[in-house]
Amino acid sequence: MPLVRNVRNLGHHLIEAVWRLGYATRFFVLILMNSGLSFRRFHLIVRELFFSGVMSLVIILVAGLFVGVVLGLQGYETLKSYGSESSLGQLVALSLVRELGPVLAALLFASRAGSAMTAEIGLMKATEQIAAMEMMAVNPIARVVAPRFWAGVISMPLLAAMFSVMGVFGGYLVGVVFIGVDEGSFWSQMQFSVDFQHDILNGVLKSFVFGVAVTVIALFEGYDAPATAEGVSGATTRTVVQSSVVILLLDVILTAIMFRGI
Amino acid sequence: MPSQPLVEIRDVNFTYDTRAVLKGINMTFHKGKVIAIMGGSGCGKTTLFRLIGGALKPTKGEVKIDGQVMHELDQKGLYAMRRKMGVLFQFGALFTDMSVYDNVAFQMREHTDLPEEMIHDLVMMKLHAVGLRGTHALMPAELSGGMARRVALARTVALDPMLILYDEPFAGLDPISLTAIGNSIRRLNNALGATSVVVTHDVQESLKIVDYIYFIADGVIVAEGTPDEILASDKPFVHQFVHGEMDGPVPFQYPSEDYKLDLGVNS
Amino acid sequence: MERSTLDLWVGVFVVAGIAAIAILAFKVGNLGTYNVSESYQVKAYFTNVGGLRATASVKSSGVLVGRVTEVKLNSERYEAEVTMSIDKRYQFPKDTLVSILTSGLLGDQYIGLKPGMDDGMLKNGDVIHMTRSAVVLEDIIGQIVASKAENAK
Repeated sequence: MPLVRNVRNLGHHLIEAVWRLGYATRFFVLILMNSGLSFRRFHLIVRELFFSGVMSLVIILVAGLFVGVVLGLQGYETLKSYGSESSLGQLVALSLVRELGPVLAALLFASRAGSAMTAEIGLMKATEQIAAMEMMAVNPIARVVAPRFWAGVISMPLLAAMFSVMGVFGGYLVGVVFIGVDEGSFWSQMQFSVDFQHDILNGVLKSFVFGVAVTVIALFEGYDAPATAEGVSGATTRTVVQSSVVILLLDVILTAIMFRGI
Repeated sequence: MPSQPLVEIRDVNFTYDTRAVLKGINMTFHKGKVIAIMGGSGCGKTTLFRLIGGALKPTKGEVKIDGQVMHELDQKGLYAMRRKMGVLFQFGALFTDMSVYDNVAFQMREHTDLPEEMIHDLVMMKLHAVGLRGTHALMPAELSGGMARRVALARTVALDPMLILYDEPFAGLDPISLTAIGNSIRRLNNALGATSVVVTHDVQESLKIVDYIYFIADGVIVAEGTPDEILASDKPFVHQFVHGEMDGPVPFQYPSEDYKLDLGVNS
Repeated sequence: MERSTLDLWVGVFVVAGIAAIAILAFKVGNLGTYNVSESYQVKAYFTNVGGLRATASVKSSGVLVGRVTEVKLNSERYEAEVTMSIDKRYQFPKDTLVSILTSGLLGDQYIGLKPGMDDGMLKNGDVIHMTRSAVVLEDIIGQIVASKAENAK
């Protein structure tokens, strides 16, 4: 019966997913245990910071600006109907710092840097570079995987903050410079309502968590990819899709914990 | 042979899931010799290769290198043993994100505290030994297949290993590179006083440079001996392989249904 | 890429990132403008605080002078107890009127301070006595309906 078969398939997929999650968690612990080398030879992390962080700067800054502009435009329209245009700064800043900065920066990071990491590592595995390293008595997790992990974790909060700053600037450009919202109230309302501890620190914490998740997924998919061209390309796709879902899921959980009751 | 055995493979069995890939393999590699392991595709020689390198554990039996049983070693011990081994992978497996120089210097930088000036001299010497000193500033992507493999060879012998494993070193090379690689394998082995194991199915080149040959088919050793003994062998499988005959113990036709049936002809 | 160029770019990146966080903290958020040590606390009691919550503004003549830090029910007096911290730069007389106002028609609620004539100034820990509670919409509607009914008679 097709129905039974579909249910069985679903069950099989679910079990696969849970098994894979366990496998990925073990991988995560393995990375942590092998991180000593990354810090003793910090240049390994610096190198990866360049490829993941610096190379993502352009897209993060541009996207941040655009999102801020749109927030400004859309926000103005809605606030106008309540006579609260002066709160535009507050709307733009809170939306960015609490949510859009961490989440969008993480999604962009997953697509750009995450998929690049997956492809790199997958390709290294497929061309036997990882095996060669092991045969040369160099632990590939310590030498190749862990530095990329720490670079991702360090980059993420920095990129999210830069995204939010560009967004606020974008909202300012559109709201104050273009539309003519009062500059003073734009900034002062913003400063009144954005609390360092509650909003900014929470936003940074969110992006840190996202950084860990995205990087672990990217590295795991790369390391686990089948050693073929289709294998690596499938892995990069999986990285982006899974990272996106996990980011949004974590956002739900973190937002509920952090901002509940406000 | 009066020289000492460096590698002893005793009654090694390896089963992958339910498939028995190696059944009761016995081999001895003596110090200073170049040994070839030959066989058709899928005969188990890659598995054997991995077992010697310690990447796999035998289901039964043991692999002893320099008196040490490989699968009894812990991670640290395994890494210590591997520092004395060099492995050349089929297409070189050079690290694509670093230059030729950095590739050859890799092991020196990771495992020794040698100063950079000394590493520079050593890298140049190793590259010179394979004839590619001039490429040191290039990236692996800029090298041809043959050149990449020779650079990888320089990298493999960077720390003067006592055991060198070659995975299909002759695969896909032009005639000039073939001779160059074969030559290098022999010369390096002699110069370093090392033991070399070459896994290959290139009969021509191996017969020129090796001291002893093992033939594997279906997971067992079907023949062994010196190049002369093998050439003179009258065993059907060996004969087919060495002389490149299309049909023999290894059939041309993959097992299939009766031809007439497949064509739909009424018998 | 040269190792030193790479290091430079990474350095720039990290500095920019930390600067971004700092900008967010000080320019966008309230880290710079509000230091607790530079303010003093006063309390006030209301029969109804409406929608007033902690972090609401405290303004006088439209200028932000402080923040509401706590809103809770005083179980002895059964009145709402509002604690606010006011910037030390601004001193208010003891007979200041404190009311809960709404910004715009349906906006956030905040505290408005209207200074009185007293010579003595409020100090840290003082209680303001003159309070006007929040205007609750239902009460206004009730008043309008009642007065309409009056007029109709």
